[in-house]
Amino acid sequence: MVTALKSQPLVASRGLSGKRAFRGDLLLVFLMRFSTYSLVAVVLLIVLDILIKGVPHVNLEFLTSLPQKAGAKGGILPAIMGTTLLVSVAIAAAQPLSLATAVYLSEYAGENRLSRLIRIALLTLSSVPSIVFGLFGLALFVIQLGFGASIISGGLTLALMILPTMTVAAEEAVKTVPHSLREASRSLGATKARTIWSVVLPRALPGIFTGTLLAIGRAAGETAPILLTAAAFFVPTLPESPFDEVMALPYHLYVLSTQHPDAAAIAPMQYATASVLLLLVFAFSAIAFVIRNKIRR
Amino acid sequence: MKSILLDTDRLWSMLLRTAAAMTIFWTALIFLFVFREALPLLFSPEGTSLLSDVWRPVSPVAEQFGLLPLISGTFLVTVIATLASIPVSILTATYIAFIANTRESQVLKAIIELLASIPSVVIGFIGLMVLVPFVKNVLGLHSGLNALTGGLILGLMAAPTIVTLSEDALKAVPREFREASMALGISEITTIQKVLIPAASRGILAASLLGLGRIMGETMAVLMVTGNAPVVTLSPLEPVRTITATIAAEMGEVIFGGNHYRSLFVLGALLLSFTFAINLAAQSIIGGRFSGHRS
Repeated sequence: MVTALKSQPLVASRGLSGKRAFRGDLLLVFLMRFSTYSLVAVVLLIVLDILIKGVPHVNLEFLTSLPQKAGAKGGILPAIMGTTLLVSVAIAAAQPLSLATAVYLSEYAGENRLSRLIRIALLTLSSVPSIVFGLFGLALFVIQLGFGASIISGGLTLALMILPTMTVAAEEAVKTVPHSLREASRSLGATKARTIWSVVLPRALPGIFTGTLLAIGRAAGETAPILLTAAAFFVPTLPESPFDEVMALPYHLYVLSTQHPDAAAIAPMQYATASVLLLLVFAFSAIAFVIRNKIRR
Repeated sequence: MKSILLDTDRLWSMLLRTAAAMTIFWTALIFLFVFREALPLLFSPEGTSLLSDVWRPVSPVAEQFGLLPLISGTFLVTVIATLASIPVSILTATYIAFIANTRESQVLKAIIELLASIPSVVIGFIGLMVLVPFVKNVLGLHSGLNALTGGLILGLMAAPTIVTLSEDALKAVPREFREASMALGISEITTIQKVLIPAASRGILAASLLGLGRIMGETMAVLMVTGNAPVVTLSPLEPVRTITATIAAEMGEVIFGGNHYRSLFVLGALLLSFTFAINLAAQSIIGGRFSGHRS
C-alpha cells in the first residue's frame, strides 16, 4: 500500500563502504542482510525441493485417475474434485455476504455503531484459529443441522474462514472508485442502488476479484477446518451429492505423509501431491498479484 | 413513480444492512457454539480431572482430561517459535524498510508473501522430510519429532505476519524523524537503531503479538512434527503435544456429545480465549490501525 513512498534507500551503499561507517554499524547491517537472505533462502529451498521432487511425477494419469492401495498407487482425482467442490461452495456462500457487507460499510454506513461492530467482528473472525472453525462447523453444520461430514458442511465452514479476507478486499476495491463517478451518476437521476450496481461495482470488479482469488488459494490449502467437517480418509469414488464426504488435496497430503503404513516408500506420491497443491495455490495468488499490480498502475 | 424508486432504494439499504449484520451474527455464533459444547464437562463429575496433569481421554478404568500437558506443550512450542521468529523477522523488516533499494525490497516482499501462501500442511510435510531428520542427526536424538522442531517450523510460519506488519510500522514513522536525526550528524544506522525502531516500537510489538496468535492457532504443521506425546515437560528435545494438535488428532475418534468430545471443545474454548486476548492486546496497542491492512 505504501510502495510509492520510498524514494531512495536510507543507507546509501557508498556510506556503508566508506570510512565513516562504524564497525558496529557494519555488523548490524550484516546481521539484517543475513537474516533477510536466510529467510528468503529457506522459502526458496522449500518451494524448489517440493517442485523438483514432485513435478516429474505429476502427469495426466496422476491427475485423472482414482487412488489405489490407500494412495500408494494411482492418482488423486477424487482429492482434486473434493477440493474444487469445497472451495466452490465456500466462495458461493462467502461472496454475496462479503460483497454486501463491503458495500454497506463503504456506501451506506459511514461511521455508525453497527459499522464499528462489524469491523470488530471481522477482526475477531480473522483471528480465530482454523481448527476452531473446524470445531464450530462440526458442532453446527455436521451435528446440529444434520449435514454430516460433507461437502456442504466443509464448504460453509471454509466460507466463514475466508469471509474477513474477502470483505476487506471488496471494501478496499469499492472505496477506490472515484467519488466523481458516483456524483455524475446521481446527477443524471440514477438512484443510489442503481449507481452502485451500474457504476461502482463494475469499476471495483478487478479488486473484488483479487480478493476472491486470494480467498480461493487460502481455502484450497486449509486442512484443519475440513478435517472435522468434510474430509474422508480414503474414498476411491467420486462424490455424487453435496452431502457426501470427500477427499481433499491438503488432507490427502497429510494422510499420505503421516497415516500411511508405508509412508517413507511413497515419497514420490507425497511430493507429487504437494506439488499439485502448491502449484494450485500459487496459480491463484499469482493471478491476484498480476491484477493487483495492474490496478495500482 | 418517484416513491417507488425511493422504496426500492430503501429496500436495498435494508437488505445490505441485514447482510452486513450477519458478520456479527456468525462471529458471535462461533463463540457461542464452542463454549456451549464445552461447558457441560466443567459441571460434570469428570470435570475435576481437567486440572490434573494426565491426558488419558480413552481408558477402560478412569478417563482423565488433564489440560496441563497440552497447555504446557503449547506454551513450550510457542516460546521456542517466538524466540526463533521475532529477532529474525524484525531484522528482516528493518532491512526491507530502510536498507534494501526499491527493486530489491519488492522482490524480497514477494518472496515473503509467497511463504505466507504456502499451506500449513505443505510446511508440515517438508518439516517432516527435511527438518525432522536434520534435528535428529545434528543433536544425536532417537527422533527429531519434538518441541524444538515444532517451534522452528512455527517460527518460520509466523515470520511473514511479523515481517510485513513490522515493515508497515517502520515505514509509517514520519520522515521528519530521520531527517532531524541525520541533520544532527547522527549516522544512518544509529538513526535506525535509536530513532526509527523506537518510534515504531508499538507497531512492532503489535506485529509480534499477531505473529504469536498465528503460532498458537497453527494446527497441521505442529501436528505433523512435534511427536504428539501429552506429557508435561519444559525440555525442547522432548516430544510434546499442543492444544490444536490434540483437537485435530482426536476428534475423529470421539462419540459426539461424550466427555471426550466435550473435552476437545474445552480445549477449543481455551484456544479461542487465548488468541482473542492476544488479538485484542495487539489491537489496543495500535488502536485498530491494522484493521484494513492484511494483504
